[in-house]
Amino acid sequence: MARVSIERPNWARRLSTFFYLHPRVTLAVLLAPPLVWLGVIYLGSLAALLVNSFFYLDPFSGRLIRELSLSSYAQLFSPANFDIIARTTQMAAAVTVSAAALAFPLAYYMARYASPTLKAVLYLAVTLPLWSSYLIRVYSVKLILAKEGVVGWFITQVGLDPLLDFLLGLPGIGGPSLSISAMGAFLAFLYIWLPYMILPVETALARVPRSLLEASADLGARPAETFRRITFPLAFPGVVAGSIFTFSLTLGDYIIPSVLGNSSFFIGQVVLTHQGTAGNIPLAAAFTVVPILIMAVYLVIAKRLGAFDAL
Amino acid sequence: MNNPPAVRFEKASKHFGDVRAVDAVSFEIYDGEFFSLLGPSGSGKTTCLRLVAGFEHPDAGNIFLHGVPVSDLPPYERDVNTVFQDYALFPHMNVAENIGYGLMIKKVSRAERTQRVQEILDLVRLTGMGERKPSQLSGGQRQRVALARALVNHPRVLLLDEPLGALDLKLRQEMQIELKAIQQKVGITFVFVTHDQEEALAMSDRLAVFNHGKIEQIGSPAQIYEHPATSFVAGFVGVSNLVRDELARAITGVAQTFSIRPEKIRLQAPGAPISAEQCAAQGTVREVVYLGMHTRYVVDLDGRGELTVVQQNLDTTSMDVLSARGKRMQLVWQRAHNRAITGGG
Repeated sequence: MARVSIERPNWARRLSTFFYLHPRVTLAVLLAPPLVWLGVIYLGSLAALLVNSFFYLDPFSGRLIRELSLSSYAQLFSPANFDIIARTTQMAAAVTVSAAALAFPLAYYMARYASPTLKAVLYLAVTLPLWSSYLIRVYSVKLILAKEGVVGWFITQVGLDPLLDFLLGLPGIGGPSLSISAMGAFLAFLYIWLPYMILPVETALARVPRSLLEASADLGARPAETFRRITFPLAFPGVVAGSIFTFSLTLGDYIIPSVLGNSSFFIGQVVLTHQGTAGNIPLAAAFTVVPILIMAVYLVIAKRLGAFDAL
Repeated sequence: MNNPPAVRFEKASKHFGDVRAVDAVSFEIYDGEFFSLLGPSGSGKTTCLRLVAGFEHPDAGNIFLHGVPVSDLPPYERDVNTVFQDYALFPHMNVAENIGYGLMIKKVSRAERTQRVQEILDLVRLTGMGERKPSQLSGGQRQRVALARALVNHPRVLLLDEPLGALDLKLRQEMQIELKAIQQKVGITFVFVTHDQEEALAMSDRLAVFNHGKIEQIGSPAQIYEHPATSFVAGFVGVSNLVRDELARAITGVAQTFSIRPEKIRLQAPGAPISAEQCAAQGTVREVVYLGMHTRYVVDLDGRGELTVVQQNLDTTSMDVLSARGKRMQLVWQRAHNRAITGGG
């Protein structure tokens, strides 16, 4: 009887044996690269950001003063800056709620009813937009929403121009055309981030065994009640996971509001301006901390609501 | 008994694509009885249960609960409850919330709910476990929560879909006794799906043996075991020797297929005298399996077939029985234990 690993060199066998007998060493070897990467690139830059947000610009000379102070944070509460934060948060909330509402039925269909083939096709269809450049997609949405674009043409054909004009006339969300309005920015955000909501919701729904829904019906619950008490609570972690994407990505984005929005700024745009042309790194850093804080608060609330109980 | 039967199938059929899961099945389950649906996997027994629960609807025929046709009623409008094979406990609710779910849906007051949940927890011996999450329970405890969640609603029919399948042997035997005791205490009709013939025999008042979407035989455990109507029942419920055609003629004088249980056959030295009430066959012991309490012999009847014989190890040791291998033996049994088989192959 020949030895099993006859064609493998001796050192390879010894190495395998060494790793097999020393699982902690194996773990260290495997985990070191990602941990170093995360530690240096991610935590390092986060630390730099935090430190910078506590510096401030000398109001007269405009020089960076490297002393700890809360003055940059105080500036966030000036009416103009607070307005930007509120606008961005509202947009992120609107995009998240709409994405969840749009994603849920599709995700439910994919998880419960679609045949394996159809499911694969739908997966592909949902993720297909992610294959092309983000910028291309944003500009495509702009073209579609433009006054002479497909949507405008369709609205004219079905005689809904008065409705569109009314909506565009509304303060806050309106503008000269769909492609230059908060509504346009909203639609673009919704389109761009929707896959990030569909996929985790689908995953969460697929993990709910059919027998739980049958048990609920068996115990007398109508479909609506089963949805409210069983399906939704169990899929909620998926919705929260999706909303972390849609919410935080909207909070930080600066391209969609500058391509499609009206002249009102979003957080991302202010950060870009302050760290670039205005040279106010501390204020830019303070603005960047805002989405992080909002997400932290958001997750605490989600946990209170029991979003992670079923995990 | 003027009450309509608790469950009645009237030529009910259910197809999945080309597969006839349930094929024009008719039978009745009486009020208050412990009725088992026994069969191998894919025989249609679980589909029958799901038809009663309302998770499936028949393609043809009809199903009645207490005389009322229910074929088109959804599960939430039927007065039956189910204990699921995988228990289907809601993971985001604790034990008390799981058990109280049906009562909450029916808008039973909180006070009454709490009381009934406590009572049922006592009944299934889970007192004080109400606050636990399903994930903190053992398999046997989950099984009892599932049972309690169904029973607490006082359904007129309780459906159990292989509820003991995931438990180890010892726990399963304990639960069999416990389930039977609970059924006698609450007096609800139990419809019990299982592929374990021993379980079905031990627990049921009556049982139906399923094969290929049809019922092979319905009867009490004793009837099914002692008078199997078809060769399938003879083979599936317990172990049976099936003696066909030429061999049957050689033994009984008539070419009529019959079955004989292994425990009814005795091994004797060749040539021992036999009486007129007895059947006999000669052969060589091909295989001996010592099973502790008893021993199983496979005896080759000189190439004409083989018979399995089971003997209790009353006076014999393992050495004795194992030495029987390869020896010539005479097999003898009472003619009265032969069961003529008329039904299919």
